[in-house]
Amino acid sequence: MPIINVKDLSKIFGRNAKQATKYLDEGWSKDDILKKTGNTVGVNRATFAVEEGEVFVIMGLSGSGKSTLVRLLNRLIEPTEGSVEIEGQDLAKMNSHDLREIRRQKLSMVFQRFALFPHRTILENAEFGLEVQNIDKEKRKKKAQESLEMVGLGGYMNQFPGQLSGGMQQRVGLARALANDPEVLLMDEAFSALDPLIRKEMQDELLELQEKMKKTIIFITHDLDEALRIGDRIALMKDGRIVQIGSPEEILVNPANEYVEKFVEDVDRSKILNAEHIMKRPETVDIEKHGPRAALERMRKEGLSSIYVTDRKRTLHGYVTADDVSEAAKQEQKDLKSIMRTDVPKVTLQTSMNEIFDMIHDSPVPIAVVEDEKLQGIIVRGAVIAALAGGNEVNLNGSDS
Amino acid sequence: MGVIPKVPAAEWISSATEWITDTFGFLFDFIKNDFGDFIEIFAEDWLMSIPTWLFILVVVVTAFFITGKKFGLAAFSLVGLWFISNQELWEELMNTFTLVIFASIISVIIGVPFGIWMSKSRIVETILTPILDFMQTMPAFVYLIPAVAFFSIGMVPGVFASVIFATPPTVRFTNLGIRQVSKELIEASDAFGTTGRQKLLKVQLPMAKKTIMAGINQTVMLALSMVVIASMIGAKGLGQTVITGLQRAEVGTGFVAGLGIVILAIIIDRFTQNLNTHKGENA
Repeated sequence: MPIINVKDLSKIFGRNAKQATKYLDEGWSKDDILKKTGNTVGVNRATFAVEEGEVFVIMGLSGSGKSTLVRLLNRLIEPTEGSVEIEGQDLAKMNSHDLREIRRQKLSMVFQRFALFPHRTILENAEFGLEVQNIDKEKRKKKAQESLEMVGLGGYMNQFPGQLSGGMQQRVGLARALANDPEVLLMDEAFSALDPLIRKEMQDELLELQEKMKKTIIFITHDLDEALRIGDRIALMKDGRIVQIGSPEEILVNPANEYVEKFVEDVDRSKILNAEHIMKRPETVDIEKHGPRAALERMRKEGLSSIYVTDRKRTLHGYVTADDVSEAAKQEQKDLKSIMRTDVPKVTLQTSMNEIFDMIHDSPVPIAVVEDEKLQGIIVRGAVIAALAGGNEVNLNGSDS
Repeated sequence: MGVIPKVPAAEWISSATEWITDTFGFLFDFIKNDFGDFIEIFAEDWLMSIPTWLFILVVVVTAFFITGKKFGLAAFSLVGLWFISNQELWEELMNTFTLVIFASIISVIIGVPFGIWMSKSRIVETILTPILDFMQTMPAFVYLIPAVAFFSIGMVPGVFASVIFATPPTVRFTNLGIRQVSKELIEASDAFGTTGRQKLLKVQLPMAKKTIMAGINQTVMLALSMVVIASMIGAKGLGQTVITGLQRAEVGTGFVAGLGIVILAIIIDRFTQNLNTHKGENA
């Protein structure tokens, strides 16, 4: 039996939200409803179930409704319609006393910007969830200490949050959530505010902790790489609607629609892009036609320190460097053959970015893309970096509102 | 203009005040007598029984420690207080101090709960804001009139008028401070299942503390600024000396007493500010 069962859960912001739900039933889009009624659709009839011990990732871009959805799960935001069952109890219909008990016992939340209490020490922060349950002082201190030690912050108990780095602050956030020993951990973009390196470290640590704890985790993120890394299953959201739910493989291999496809396309550019995508048109000199002077002239014009040598059929012979060429020109040589070098770094059109990245690192000249002995293009270092950087950008940076 | 006769607004207010005086007379009498006695005892039997040198010493030492063991405020307090006692204004100073203390404490006791209430409800905020504006912009002298009607003359009406004039900043800043607590912290608090009371005591008030203290500082300063005005209805203290100076056209007398008020103001201000910034926690 799933630990969390969400059925037709909707949130519509604005006046007369109840009335607008009928448009959802009629299948209107978010934009049309906004135009017609002035109401914003936060979440549009989300339905899913989370199994015990599962890491369930909800991912989507800014404004896709994922942050709203997670807040509907512990009713920080009142649902307009639908039900959220936790171990069979419907949260949406609960009175405030029962809701409070559920929040204290079963659900803990970790926030994007940590949301630590700045006036409390690390220990007092970790104790917070236990303190509001009026658990006695010694006991809660012990539990909070254990929790802090678990996330590796045993030595910082008496510091204040402001004295800690972002990564450490989020560990406190995690410890605070774990101290309650909740059944379900809600993590709202928990690592998004951290540096990429720290983020990775935290992901690893979360997975490691999960090995031991076997909690049910609902993890919100806008970063597909993160989702693929930590999720047992992933729900993709767009415009308040869940577009696809599946294991990472399913999502990657069998995208439900164009939107998902586009999304996963950008997973890791270095694995998908190849030489063909980033090469540019090469400047060349003709081995039969051009001598050192012509080569020098062309290199000067294009601002190059080396140039590839081909014949009329674009068959690649080698390259010459500016130093050699100018030396040859001084000595009035007529031919490029004697100074041409043939240790050309070559790749094919299908060579992946990863390999190119390794090669270009210690290559003195641009990499030649060769197909059937013919020079198709060259790859310069800047293009590789730009392509990788572009990849990160499509990784959907920027926080959700 | 002649169509509508003059609206007897003044008469209405007068009769309303009279009605209040008659109806709640027993209460006012009780406050006037018992509370008045208490103030008198506090000022004359307690404060003035402390030897001047001891009082100064305590203030100076406290100043030294709350400013983080710096000498500035301590030195200023020493010289300032010595000067006041040298001018034989010590009794007046103690009376003024009493007035300020009582007015401030009552203002805070009234102001903080109202501020909390205001922060909880938009409706309350909408209603209270113009009232607070009214209380602060109405010329302070005007409060003396009902104060005398209710409590006749002396310290008590002085405290009353000061409270009306000095309460608004505490209310406003308490409201502001609580509303300024970031949404995410409120969410965090809710997510862990706090009751409204726990949220207020464990998150909102501690987070709003600095802002509330700034409001209280303002309140104390406003109460102090009422000292001269209150002495027009017989509140004892430095203000009375200023008024005497004014009536007799003695520039020197008035000025020296005024200086005393300034010295007291600076000391109180720095004390309350330092209490506020004392704790070294980073936001």
